[in-house]
Amino acid sequence: MPRPRTLRIGCGAGFQGDRIDPAVILAAQGRLDWLVLECLAERTVAAAQLRRLADPDQGYDPLLRARMVALLPLLKRSRCRMISNLGAANPIAAGRAVVAIAQELGLALKVAVVTGDDVLDRLDPDAPTLETGQPVREYGPLISASAYLGADAILPAIATGADVIITGRVADPSLFLAPMVHAFGWPLDDPKLLARGTVIGHLLECAGQLTGGYFADPGFKDVRDLAHLGFPFCDVEPDGNGTLGKVPGTGGAITMRTVKEQLLYEVVDPTAYVTPDVVADLGTVDLVDLGEDRIRVSNADGLSRTGTLKVSVGYRAGWIGEGEISYAGPNARARAELASAVLHERLHHDLPDLRIDLIGIDSMHRTCFGLAGDPYEVRLRAVASGHARALAERVGLEVEALYTNGPAGGGGARRWVSERVGIVSTLMPRDAVRSSVVRLSTGRPAAAGPASLPGTGDLAP
Amino acid sequence: MTTRIPDCSPGQRSRGTRLLHELAHCRAGDKGDTSILSLFAYRADDFPLLVERVTAEAVAAHLEHLVHGEVRRHVLPKLCALQFTCEHALGSGVTTSLALDTHGKSLSFALLAMTIETLENR
Repeated sequence: MPRPRTLRIGCGAGFQGDRIDPAVILAAQGRLDWLVLECLAERTVAAAQLRRLADPDQGYDPLLRARMVALLPLLKRSRCRMISNLGAANPIAAGRAVVAIAQELGLALKVAVVTGDDVLDRLDPDAPTLETGQPVREYGPLISASAYLGADAILPAIATGADVIITGRVADPSLFLAPMVHAFGWPLDDPKLLARGTVIGHLLECAGQLTGGYFADPGFKDVRDLAHLGFPFCDVEPDGNGTLGKVPGTGGAITMRTVKEQLLYEVVDPTAYVTPDVVADLGTVDLVDLGEDRIRVSNADGLSRTGTLKVSVGYRAGWIGEGEISYAGPNARARAELASAVLHERLHHDLPDLRIDLIGIDSMHRTCFGLAGDPYEVRLRAVASGHARALAERVGLEVEALYTNGPAGGGGARRWVSERVGIVSTLMPRDAVRSSVVRLSTGRPAAAGPASLPGTGDLAP
Repeated sequence: MTTRIPDCSPGQRSRGTRLLHELAHCRAGDKGDTSILSLFAYRADDFPLLVERVTAEAVAAHLEHLVHGEVRRHVLPKLCALQFTCEHALGSGVTTSLALDTHGKSLSFALLAMTIETLENR
């Protein structure tokens, strides 16, 4: 198969609950080769694992159906293939769901599912966590252990010719790197090429955060038409350099500032950004503004991958109870502070980690750095954790009781209680993690081979 | 993209000081209990001032209410950027924190609330 001159990869979701309409625009008008949906966060897999424990057919992304109904018909029409980690804790069930939706829509579709990220059965309970060095078993009853798979785990799925590739936990940039490695035939021991592809994947993985989302600061960093933010793509070249862009007419902007902010986003050490595929040095990247929402990204370098994979471990961490109530008008702050003292006295003995914030004063940064005076209204928020639901529930009940038992003029009380899932990380030797690929299809004659499917080629127009 | 120098209540700050928000933009990210703050000079000319004044020690002191661990700084001259890695900053991490802002998404603006002395004021 001839190698393409460039490969256009778009990002149609940057987190689990992300908007669907920007992905629809990308799929319909972006002339993409690949659409990637990144739908997992640290906590998402463990929460999904709880749903799977309750129902063995669940545990994948709750928005899977809405995303597939909107996107599958467009993918077939646009000769574009999709990779997504929305399999979460149950990629096989997610793959079956995608096939069932395709059948409903009358589409012939081939799906490949990447499994092997679930390593709970071989997790060493004495493995030290990266956070504190304490063994994982000390945290609480374990729910999930998900290894971050790399591009190498996705390549066999791409090779099946599947239209849609579903994974569970995979390192976010690897979702983007895999189609580049496949299309350009990059060797998996070339750190420079892998670093370049990884940098592009890292820039794209949060979707709208590259095009002006999580960015606007009126009067300082203005963003045009933020309400209709377009999602990004990159035209990747065979040497791993590429040019970022978005569909003309969509809102937002790709500028040196948006790209720089995203380049360093969530990176603990910018000189050594560790993924399952490579250790990339982000300080080596060159960015050039080509105008009209086009930024060229080039010259990233890196070192060979490490011998271990990161594993995200979920555990049951008890319950969390919250309550909120507002005070407004003259002396609002003093009344909120009185309410706070009442709650503290009634709860702190049984709920020693009780935290009380005054929203409008100190809830976000624990101080206002001397920048603010007293606001007209204050919302009190109380929160604590408890080992049992009933204990955590007391927080909200005490806040609600302030209506009739607390300071004057308290209004708008709300309360919540929820089960808490904690996440810690550890490392596992690579050879302890085995990935594999499961092929599924709609079973129609058209799905028999790649030659008869419009959307399975590596080369898009 | 327009950048205006804001009306910044001159009575509240002594001469020769600047609010970081006027000079730089910032994005916050999280990994476990670590908050990562990426600070970028709006103008390359101001980058040396940031390198001089916005040290790891100065950031640790400014964020003392929030950051209970070590603050490390990386200088990235190609990007006119400083990267701050703040440990034990997220109340044990996004999944177990009792904070309203469990990810520390708003901490970029806690850093931008810092006041620094200009270089003439040495």
